[in-house]
Amino acid sequence: MLDVVGLTASYGPVRALEDVDLHVEQGAITAVLGANGAGKTTLLRVISGLLRPQQGTVRFAGRDVTRRPPEALVRLGMAHVPEGRGVIAELTVEENLRLGGLWRRDRAWLRAGTSQMFELFPPLAARRSKRAELLSGGERQMLVIARSLMSRPQLLLLDEPSLGLAPLVSAQIIATLRELCNETGLTILLVEQNAATALSVADFAIVLNLGRKVEDDRAERLAADDRVRHAYLGM
Amino acid sequence: MERFIDLTLAGVTSGAIYAAVALALVLIWRATRIVNFAQGGMLMITTFIGYTVIQHGGSYWLALAVAIVSGLVLGAVVERVLIRPVENRSPLSAVVVTFGVLVLLQGLAGMIFGGTPRSYPPAFSIIGFGNANHRLLFAPNDLWVVLVVVGVMAVLALVFRRTSIGLRMRAAAFAPEVARLLGVRVGRMLTLGWALAAGVGALAGVLVAPTTFVSPTAFDATLVYGFTAAVIGGLDSPPGAVVGGASLGLALSYVSGYLGSDLVPLGALVVLMVVLMVRPSGLFGAPAGRRV
Repeated sequence: MLDVVGLTASYGPVRALEDVDLHVEQGAITAVLGANGAGKTTLLRVISGLLRPQQGTVRFAGRDVTRRPPEALVRLGMAHVPEGRGVIAELTVEENLRLGGLWRRDRAWLRAGTSQMFELFPPLAARRSKRAELLSGGERQMLVIARSLMSRPQLLLLDEPSLGLAPLVSAQIIATLRELCNETGLTILLVEQNAATALSVADFAIVLNLGRKVEDDRAERLAADDRVRHAYLGM
Repeated sequence: MERFIDLTLAGVTSGAIYAAVALALVLIWRATRIVNFAQGGMLMITTFIGYTVIQHGGSYWLALAVAIVSGLVLGAVVERVLIRPVENRSPLSAVVVTFGVLVLLQGLAGMIFGGTPRSYPPAFSIIGFGNANHRLLFAPNDLWVVLVVVGVMAVLALVFRRTSIGLRMRAAAFAPEVARLLGVRVGRMLTLGWALAAGVGALAGVLVAPTTFVSPTAFDATLVYGFTAAVIGGLDSPPGAVVGGASLGLALSYVSGYLGSDLVPLGALVVLMVVLMVRPSGLFGAPAGRRV
């Protein structure tokens, strides 16, 4: 589904990623773990085209998409979900949702998709015509995820879906995502600081440290590896 | 009382023009965080284009259409060719570019048309409503000005609120990076925003031309008042531009009628200062620091 080879990226003089390889299996959840500043968000930004890499290639759905802009990648089936702060505060909940599916130019889907999302995330339905700035943290997170699903992606890049949320809320969101993967064959690349949460739902995981990949294995094996847990995951 | 009614009506007419100019500035500020000082030059050139159409025997309406279309094109070209390359530099670069465009356009107009003010015909009669004994300071042409500005505002509001292109444009203005992740072609939306703004500006130019005449510098005052109206409204808010324009038009009309027309520029300055002191972000602007 997604293959990243030798990715190196910087913000000005600061190197954020160094020679990172990543393989994402179709229909699975792959977690990217690591401390703050390990390069997790940068990796997502490079994959989705927001940041140009210095070196390396990104292959998605069988083609080289390195340096393609995000608006083109969306049309190939990739959706990058920024942190919950990525709601457009000035727009209503419904406008945020519609925006996610607009590029498909399919009115029937806009209607069907919106009601589908309201079923999937009931708290959003009650606030459909409220401006997104009035939502709670959990509702914002639901909105950014639902908005990306409106584009009917094959690959979802998720940035810290549990950031700043009550454990119960983030557990709900994660469970919803797991269901989506199982039912629709959606592939997810999940960036998380909370390693315990991520490893409990993920099939595979990699660990980044200071911009380099230090571990790459099945999630349950990483979760069981004391050395990795102590050294990188703080659990 | 009669005098008050007269001044109010005159204020509404000029307020409509200020509102249109303010809207042209607000649309661009909202989309690109640039104060477009070239707006005065752009609407001057498009009015000259309309004037040329009339000189060659075209009707008022043909001239109006040609002026607006050339405004749309000019706005898009300025954004694509001149603003785009400096968009990611410091905000000051873009402002300097807009100043450059203003000077360039004024120079160009001076070379082609000379500095003598030319008269521009109104769409309708400029003789006030009423009879020979009593005429209001409000003529059919003033009614046309007010109606067309209100109409254009209503259409723009509908486009922004109710259509998918409007939704894209708002998303591109509020959160360009997120909009790109959702497949919005932000660059195109910015070009479209500049085009629309310049089109509204071109309309304002043609509407105000019968009173200011047409010359390279004839619209400087209009731009200053339009800018004042935009700041009163908060620079960020299209409804604010309308309210700012209307209130400035009224205030200046009263100043002119009761205190003397020499005091009008000073009056604009006082209104601006008071608004900035009481509400620095304008009547409709979000207080600074709200954005997160």
